[in-house]
Amino acid sequence: MGENMIRLFVTVFALLAFVPASAHAFCGFYVAKADASLFNKASKVVLSRSENRTVITMANDFHGDVEDFAIVIPVPAVITKSQVNVSDGKIIDHLDAYTSPRLVEYYDEDPCAMRVMEEMSMMRSAMPMAAVADGAAVNAKALGVTILEEYSVGEYDIQVLDAQQSEGLLTWLNQEGYKLPKGAEKILKSYIKQDMKFFVTKVNLAEFEKSGYSTLRPLQVAYEHDKFMLPIRLGTLNAEGDQELILFTLTKEGRVEPTNYRTVKIPTDSDVPLYVKDAFGDFYKAMFSEAVKKEEMKAVFLEYAWDMAWCDPCAADPLPNDDLRRLGAWWLDVSPDSTVPVPVPLPGQPRIMPSPMPMPAPVNVFVTRLHVRYNAETFPEDLVLQVTNDRQNFQGRYVMRHPFNGPVSCEAGQEYYKSLPQRFEREAQSLASLTGWDVQEVREKMSKNGQSFDIKPKTDDRKWWEKMWEEEEK
Amino acid sequence: MREHFRFLVFPVCFFTSLPRRLCMRLYTALLAPGEKTDMFDYLCRDPRHFQILSLGSLLTLIILWSDFGPTPLVFLLTAATTLSTQFALTKIYGLQQFDFRSPLISALSLSILLKASSLLIFPLAAFLAIASKFTLRANDKHIFNPANFAIIVTLTALPDHVWVSPGQWGSTVWLGFALICLGILVLSSARRGDIALFFLGSWATLTFGRALWLGDPMAIPIHNMQSGALLIFAFFMISDPKTTPDHVAGRLIFAAITALIGFTLQYGLQVREGIFYALFVTCLFTPVIDSLLKDYRYQWGKI
Repeated sequence: MGENMIRLFVTVFALLAFVPASAHAFCGFYVAKADASLFNKASKVVLSRSENRTVITMANDFHGDVEDFAIVIPVPAVITKSQVNVSDGKIIDHLDAYTSPRLVEYYDEDPCAMRVMEEMSMMRSAMPMAAVADGAAVNAKALGVTILEEYSVGEYDIQVLDAQQSEGLLTWLNQEGYKLPKGAEKILKSYIKQDMKFFVTKVNLAEFEKSGYSTLRPLQVAYEHDKFMLPIRLGTLNAEGDQELILFTLTKEGRVEPTNYRTVKIPTDSDVPLYVKDAFGDFYKAMFSEAVKKEEMKAVFLEYAWDMAWCDPCAADPLPNDDLRRLGAWWLDVSPDSTVPVPVPLPGQPRIMPSPMPMPAPVNVFVTRLHVRYNAETFPEDLVLQVTNDRQNFQGRYVMRHPFNGPVSCEAGQEYYKSLPQRFEREAQSLASLTGWDVQEVREKMSKNGQSFDIKPKTDDRKWWEKMWEEEEK
Repeated sequence: MREHFRFLVFPVCFFTSLPRRLCMRLYTALLAPGEKTDMFDYLCRDPRHFQILSLGSLLTLIILWSDFGPTPLVFLLTAATTLSTQFALTKIYGLQQFDFRSPLISALSLSILLKASSLLIFPLAAFLAIASKFTLRANDKHIFNPANFAIIVTLTALPDHVWVSPGQWGSTVWLGFALICLGILVLSSARRGDIALFFLGSWATLTFGRALWLGDPMAIPIHNMQSGALLIFAFFMISDPKTTPDHVAGRLIFAAITALIGFTLQYGLQVREGIFYALFVTCLFTPVIDSLLKDYRYQWGKI
């Protein structure tokens, strides 16, 4: 921050839900029962990991008819009923909000005096999620498919399968009404040889109606296995175009990184023009696309890495211990004040909060947010992950600086006004290079939104007594 | 005028893997009448000079381009410790000459591969690396590759502070580095460099074999082979002539066993640092292999 600028308040815009409303997603893949054309575009997955214990939470914004929802997920271990849970989508939305890339707003003070700023905080919408079922065991055995477990959890009917032959599995899944995308058999075969089991799920319509929820809740699976990976190969099959995945991880130790792909930090701490405030979603999408292009879609992007105890600035409050436990942070103690509800920011509602926002006690959870856009060509292999001991904080943070636009009556003020066009130009260049937008268009938009490049200093024509009384009123 | 260009010969040869004799001829052609080929001779005398140059350029690339690369301070701390430890132990053990090359290579390898949550770990690892060279010996050779020893000891003793990041290079950096490694093989004509190829060959056989068995597309094994850690391991750790068997057949066996153990650890037991553990284990058997398959002892700088 410049010398003649003080930071009193900061505006934080959390960026959420910038994926198109119709997108669905997954680390397994959706298969349409009624042959509905489904995309498999953006998914949110939470992985909690410590020692060899993994909890995977899958939130999907499935918007089709729930009757059509069905998923097949390869898992390293057999999953019994007690290892499956149906969670609350709000917790994931909260985690999403907390880790979102953020836009911060500063106000220049009067270069001739001390000044103040203002603050607010805004959240954008949160996402619903989805998942499913229906069940019947037919001639599974004959096809070389063993149904290891079969049960219902919440609105989901679940079967855990062990298969010897991919053809048998494929036939069985088809008989059960799972429509598999072309090319699935080869991948299933590979997973079978790697001794993976298959977790298949459909929505139990009766249960779903009884539940009263309008969307499917996230499905959680807990298991113990040395394998720490995220299967993405099946997901590339029924995808139209590139896939989008946001992976959140919670660990005791530190940042999580893929060992078989490169991790790149998303550009951060850039000064951007003021008009970005109203187009933050567009800005972030464009910037992400540009970053992906630069890395030839071969990298995984780090968007957030932080100790869950605090944030600065906060896009949302840190998650309370109970919610972290629900997301799989099993190593946390049940907090004594678990009955006190922590307010979760409501979508679309501005909210004032102090910044930074510390929590009373360290929570021993390190959160990593990875964002990856991929297809079968650039990401041929599943994500193999490792927990590192890196606890360095990182966040995607973009800064808007409101110029002072009042009258000035000193030389420093004149200088300040003279320096503004250069600063605007830097912001324009920075925005253009981050997003790939045309710099001339950026300049025009800036001019229309309070950042004119031929800005002239306003002189103060008031009489000295006018100023005196006005200051007092302030 | 033209003598200024002769210095270009070196990087050109280095990065294009031109045969050494051709480079030499080019270099001599550009010399002033009566001038000697001292510098080129000096560089070619010891393959470690090329290793230092290539690891040094790789480290620079990583510092500049990788978001999770080491800081220059990490390298300075590591190099200062390896060099001073080498110096002190040379005196203590009453050896004739202080050699800066090996400790520098260890420092470069450690800075590139090792990640730690505290800066203090780097001097510790650096000290362990060099000390192991002087103290853990059999058959007049040190048993472990110094950098590999330090990685394994710190990984095992300080699992909450140390890790290895094998996937942090882009494919462009990988490709460039692969070319450089080939360049080293050709230029240095290090006869013991064959073990790097033996190892990569064994690893490739296992990786592609696994993909064939699983029915995976070839893109997967190709992607797996493009690992920077694998290259450093092959060209700068397992190829250390001081810790590998003297006989060519011995080296072939050594490389194949290391690959097999490393592969099993990585894919079977999900140990991400499998190859480093594998080398640690197979190094223990070098004295046995040497006693069965005898050949002349390699000495740095005497090709």
